[in-house]
Amino acid sequence: MFGKRKPAPIEPLSASSHDEAPKPLVGADAEKRSPIGLDYMSYEQLEEFGNELDTVRRRVLDDLGQTDADYIRRVIKVQRAFEVLGRIGLFFPFFWPVFVAGIALLALAKILENMEIGHNVMHGQYDWMNDPMVDGKRYEWDIVAPAQDWKHGHNYVHHTYTNIHGMDRDIGYNLFRIDKDQPWYPSHRFNLPLAFGLMLVFEWGVMYHGVELDEYLAGRLPKDEFQARKKRALRKIGRQLLKDYLLFPALTLPLVPFTSWWVPLAVLGGNAIANVIRNIWAFNVIFCGHFPADVETFAKEDAENETRGQWYLRQLLGSANISGSRLFHLLTGNLSHQIEHHLFPDIPARRYPEVARDVRRLVEKYGLQYNTGRLSKQLLSVARQLATLAVRPDDPYQRGNSPESKALRRARRERQAA
Amino acid sequence: MHACSLSEEAAISVIRRLLGSRAVAALTSPHSVDHYLEYLHPMLTVALVRARVVEVIRDTAQASTVVLRPNGAWDGFAAGQHVQFGVEVDGTRRIRCFSVSSSAARADGTFSVSVKAHPDGYVSQFVHRDLRPGTIVRLSQAGGEFVLPARVPDDLLLLSGGSGITPLMSMLRTLRDTGHRGRVTFLHYARSRADEMFTAELDQLAGAEFAHLHRVYTREPGRGGELTGRFTPEHLERLGVDPAATLGYVCGPAGLIATVRDTYERLGAGAMLRTEHFKVPAVDTDAADATGALTFDESDVVVDNDGGTILRQAEAAGLRPDFGCRMGVCNTCAVKKNHGAVRHVISGDVSANTDETIKICVNVPVGDVSMAL
Repeated sequence: MFGKRKPAPIEPLSASSHDEAPKPLVGADAEKRSPIGLDYMSYEQLEEFGNELDTVRRRVLDDLGQTDADYIRRVIKVQRAFEVLGRIGLFFPFFWPVFVAGIALLALAKILENMEIGHNVMHGQYDWMNDPMVDGKRYEWDIVAPAQDWKHGHNYVHHTYTNIHGMDRDIGYNLFRIDKDQPWYPSHRFNLPLAFGLMLVFEWGVMYHGVELDEYLAGRLPKDEFQARKKRALRKIGRQLLKDYLLFPALTLPLVPFTSWWVPLAVLGGNAIANVIRNIWAFNVIFCGHFPADVETFAKEDAENETRGQWYLRQLLGSANISGSRLFHLLTGNLSHQIEHHLFPDIPARRYPEVARDVRRLVEKYGLQYNTGRLSKQLLSVARQLATLAVRPDDPYQRGNSPESKALRRARRERQAA
Repeated sequence: MHACSLSEEAAISVIRRLLGSRAVAALTSPHSVDHYLEYLHPMLTVALVRARVVEVIRDTAQASTVVLRPNGAWDGFAAGQHVQFGVEVDGTRRIRCFSVSSSAARADGTFSVSVKAHPDGYVSQFVHRDLRPGTIVRLSQAGGEFVLPARVPDDLLLLSGGSGITPLMSMLRTLRDTGHRGRVTFLHYARSRADEMFTAELDQLAGAEFAHLHRVYTREPGRGGELTGRFTPEHLERLGVDPAATLGYVCGPAGLIATVRDTYERLGAGAMLRTEHFKVPAVDTDAADATGALTFDESDVVVDNDGGTILRQAEAAGLRPDFGCRMGVCNTCAVKKNHGAVRHVISGDVSANTDETIKICVNVPVGDVSMAL
């Protein structure tokens, strides 16, 4: 069970080990400075801004200790209890209150496991505990997406190159037009219905995103790497399906003679509903993290040669928070503190409210924008974005398939070749 | 398990095997069954070895013996082996490798490790000063090749210096409890009687038939037996030990081990000697080797070789390789070396094979080295 398993390759730039500033995008012209943040402050101020955030980070890291360890263990304990009770409740489909409670508990357990435990542990937030049970390198979560590929796409690519067009694959997930700087294609007419569909099957979307078929087809991912990703995904899918849709339903087979033939099917259905509830919740929280209106995106050219301060600022301007109660924050895995999470992805999430006070102080000091609001407000904003940006723009340069855009791309290719 | 009847024990073992089965693992996937059980109670794990501290005995001003009652995941040990010993302090688990010091023939379900508080050893200091009975500690299974052969020869030499006595004490006690009939020469070097571990028990064993005990107090020449000063080949001669005919076990400071090895090798008896080191020099003293570049292939990181162990250099470069004992015994840190030459800091052996797996905690690069890290 704990035998030799090859650990995921260590990513030097992964969010869980970026004590150093992430490797900046180096432009062709090394002298050119990145213009990010100049609307708000000078280069000297950007430097100071970065230093202040580094100080906050250091302060929290130095303060980590028993209370943080106790916290994550308590969350895991509650999650395990919910999961076991939920699974037991699902064995009583002939007594519907227990059955429904079982579905609810299992869904809650999956939400906690994926968000407050899985996502945060895999960021390396608890690596300092040196406990193999909460080790970011070894943790595997209860979802069809394998941890290793998710960590690459999320911890490294998304968290380092946040909201940079052409680099952050999480801008619209190659499916939606969520930012006006994304070129419009006819498929974006279906922005809203597609988003609704993705919401229901979100865990499969996360898995598919991690396989990176689009990168492979575009020739940016070597074949063997793609095959390895596919293999890992299939293995994980197999295990997840076996557990939720075969083994647990099969465990109720002995009950069939005393109850009814449909009991195993009800267990299967209960598992499916719990998974879908988790999908809907995770989708809604995650779409509020970067997609509300007013969240800024960046051009690759602008991010080139950015400094630590500019990297921080890009994270701050490119993320949005959701306000709510403590329980709400817990159920979102503290992704409701998306801004703080993006500034400090490897600080235990329970510290984000504390960090937020410092962030707000800096926001005021430098006159920055701090995007936050209730879940309903942020969701509405996302939906409005999806609806508005689905409409075919009049400007041909905003349409990816217009002759003008094609000519522009051709010219760029030729310039690069020359 | 003291009060358990045989049938109870059998039932527990069946439950244990059931919980550890692949069927249960499929139900708990992607987690292990211990991910659930340990939240019921930390001792209830199936694969993770946990133990409760029964007693902490202060042997000397610097050394303690910890008596442990392990849970059912523990597979037992052979005399001479060590365990990785993990304690949690302020939320962080700290792990160190300690030798088992108790007899392998002990039947009460407990065993003990003995620890000398090292000035910069966090865990050993903690164990010596703060560890309390009732604490649950995280262990590995016992490991190590420094063990007696399956068929124990009549004549044995057990030679130790300082806290290196612990694995040999386990052997001595085991030989006593298994009724060994032969001639065991137990030769121990301590700075003084006050620094010596297990003094009372060694005094008791002084008249034992199966073993001749010789203790040398290097800083109290008058107090020991006939021998004085540090180990020299004459000591073996005086005791009538013939290295060529006596299987020897030596554990202690690097200097002692090197001298004993020289003695054995000079007599062409190198194959008769088993050694175990306790402390590892972290930086290779041969600075002439600190050249070249150390490449971590999978992380795409290159650093200038600073002469330190590969593990240290990897950590300095921001990588987080797995590690356990950090002294070359537990194999947790073993990683494939793609190419380049490395020197083992203990044995001094240089190996330049391509695609070999090395323990990065005890190997320093010699020139350019590329690791699969």
